[in-house]
Amino acid sequence: MTVFIREEKMAELKFIEGYPEYMYELIKVVEQTRAKRKDYTPKAMTMEEREDVLKVHPDYAEGGKRAINIGVNKGDIAPNEVADLLEAYPLIEEGEIDLRKPDYTTDILIIGGGLAGTTAAIWANDQGVPKENILLVNKLRHGDANSIMAQGGTQAADRENDSPVIHFIDALGGGHFTNKPDVLQTLVEDAPLIIDWLIDLGAMFDREENGDFVEIWGGGTCRKRMHACRDYTGLEELRVIRDEFKSREIPSLEYEPVIELLTDSDRVTGALLWNFETGEYKIVEATATIIATGGFGRLHIRGFPTTNHYGATCDGVVIAYRAGARLRDTDTVQYHPTGAAYPQQIIGLLLTEKLRSMGAQPVNKDGEAFVFPLEPRDVEASAFIRECYVRDKGVVTPTGMRGVWLDTPLIDIKNGKGTVDKAFPGMKRMFARFGIDMAKYPVLVFPTLHYQNGGVETDPWGKTNLEGLWVAGEVSGGVHGKNRLMGNSTLDCIVFGRKAGISTAEYVKSGKKRGKLTLEHMKKYVKLLKEAGIPKERKAPILLPDYRGKRVLARMIDVF
Amino acid sequence: MKKQKSIMEIIAEANKAVTTGIDEKDIEYWVMIYIMGRAYKVPAGLTIMQAMEYAGYRFIRSAGCRAGFCGACATVFRKIGDYKLQTAMACQTKVEDGMYLVQIPFTPAEKAAYNIGKEPYDVSVLFKYYPELARCLSCNTCTKACPQDLEVMDYVQAAIKGDFTAVAEGSFECIQCGLCAIRCPAEIVQYNMAQLARRMFGRYGSKRPESLSKRVKEVKEGKYEKDFRKLLSATMEEFKKLYADREREKD
Repeated sequence: MTVFIREEKMAELKFIEGYPEYMYELIKVVEQTRAKRKDYTPKAMTMEEREDVLKVHPDYAEGGKRAINIGVNKGDIAPNEVADLLEAYPLIEEGEIDLRKPDYTTDILIIGGGLAGTTAAIWANDQGVPKENILLVNKLRHGDANSIMAQGGTQAADRENDSPVIHFIDALGGGHFTNKPDVLQTLVEDAPLIIDWLIDLGAMFDREENGDFVEIWGGGTCRKRMHACRDYTGLEELRVIRDEFKSREIPSLEYEPVIELLTDSDRVTGALLWNFETGEYKIVEATATIIATGGFGRLHIRGFPTTNHYGATCDGVVIAYRAGARLRDTDTVQYHPTGAAYPQQIIGLLLTEKLRSMGAQPVNKDGEAFVFPLEPRDVEASAFIRECYVRDKGVVTPTGMRGVWLDTPLIDIKNGKGTVDKAFPGMKRMFARFGIDMAKYPVLVFPTLHYQNGGVETDPWGKTNLEGLWVAGEVSGGVHGKNRLMGNSTLDCIVFGRKAGISTAEYVKSGKKRGKLTLEHMKKYVKLLKEAGIPKERKAPILLPDYRGKRVLARMIDVF
Repeated sequence: MKKQKSIMEIIAEANKAVTTGIDEKDIEYWVMIYIMGRAYKVPAGLTIMQAMEYAGYRFIRSAGCRAGFCGACATVFRKIGDYKLQTAMACQTKVEDGMYLVQIPFTPAEKAAYNIGKEPYDVSVLFKYYPELARCLSCNTCTKACPQDLEVMDYVQAAIKGDFTAVAEGSFECIQCGLCAIRCPAEIVQYNMAQLARRMFGRYGSKRPESLSKRVKEVKEGKYEKDFRKLLSATMEEFKKLYADREREKD
């Protein structure tokens, strides 16, 4: 017999247009000021005003960070959650693994199949490395990555009134002048080449009637240089690149995360894979290794929700650091200003910056436009937090979150009816699934953990301080300094994926011999951990977050 | 005196339902769902994915981006008392009382290998790599199965006619979850066929912008090298001035 529990209590909360009645009433305040706000944009902040508002940013607010106590970057500051993972024991113990017989021998091992890793494989193949000498390994499915979720666009200075130099200055200022200049130069100079390559692959960018790109604003840019594919830019870019990869029949593995690198003193010589479903380990021997594992949103730094995919758990940084790779800019985290704050099913999910590029305005509960809509992300996010928690002008949701309105109906008013449908099908669909029409009603937003600004330091070819090790994409640090601009992450992935692919191909073609396969680096690191008195149960990489209910965890028995 | 909570602590507290496992004491409303036939009482208002996690499942497969973009969490469900099999993305669908559900961890679908640079931009390329296209029965099952609400059958029919624009536009928002192919009685792999059509359209369907080709040429010829050499030797003060003096293009 089955006992049914119906949703009787749900009926008490009355919903109108997808909103609880009280929120629907508050929307009227936004509607009343809309005509006045249509032609008004608050002034952009001065550098002094930016500095002031940043005090409430999670990076600058008190607490949340500490010094790293072990390894190459000892003394550097990182979020507690990241420092904990850097100071954690490996998943394996020395002597547990038989390294004598590699299961795979390859020229180039690529760890992570998002935009960066997949691009690297194709370019290495283009440089003459035979497909069978490349191996791409994925923790989840090939393409389950933050890349596929990128919505807004890819920056490239390809218009007459723009240049890579202007792109450079935008990114440098947005990064608070902390970007590594040589890698930033590569990013902006290669950007037009990347768009050109994506057209070769058949990517469908938004076009004007005459074939020109539709190019729009991004936060912190002084030129319109965002190339978008509706609001599915990352999906489209990843789809064509992955399809090219699969068409070339380059070998790849899925559900086989790397849990440790293998080294021969200061050289990375391969990796240890772990079958997520059977638990079996495999040894990969590689001449060159590229880590392209993405970021760390699923660590929920400072308790923030995230836009990131399920596997974004900092694995790449953890394994590279243990092997001796140098990190940089570990002290900052990017919070995207516009994460969904309502409804509860999508809390933290991304609402693309492109919405603001096309006229959606942040508005407080009194219907006031309180901030220039396209400040760099950290400044914009801080302004939202200040509005909600210092000025108390946010809207409180039924689950107790606060947020500000993003007045999305302005997009159609400013650009013509139907623009939301055409330019934001993904966003519109997401809200429609929960009963909200974002073309007609504003949506509630609050900053959400979005991007790992720092990471493994590289040169302009993606090369790290360790021989045989390259990194590309979000796992790297330096190109964005302490804050990334919109449209520079998909670009980062493809530019440096390509560079790493070319560079590793040259490295293997130079006749480099493979090194020994050892876990000596791990042994040394474990010694440091023991000396520092790190608790034994703290282990990394964590591979996946854990969202299981508290009740079931409390009653779980480990039988077999 | 009790220490006042900081802004960061208040924010973390408000978000804990999505950043950690859910505690049943925070829940007021419940529904009953049936995961692969077994009944679980789960909080109302969650997505299918969140509800399964509350019930104790820790995903390896069938969870990817968790935001409706990757197609990993394809789900088939039926409501008690209804014969209809429905489809959904588990991360984008609210759990409902009386849902019987199962997830599709993998789609063993055919994906052809080709070089789009060497193929003609006409219908023959679609039939060459996906000949089963001709078997379409126009039954519309694919359209009904699509969790993105795409008109799948319409774009398959457009493909048969060689209308690349219609296939590309009609399939553009495809997340390649595979549900159409799994339901198709004609065994067409709609989403892979459409991928080929879109790539052909993206490459050959419109003219490459001249400004792009010009800029690519300039970069390759090293037009900006001098500017960058100068820029890279600038002082911090000079950088800051350059940034502050930027002129913003008109809206």
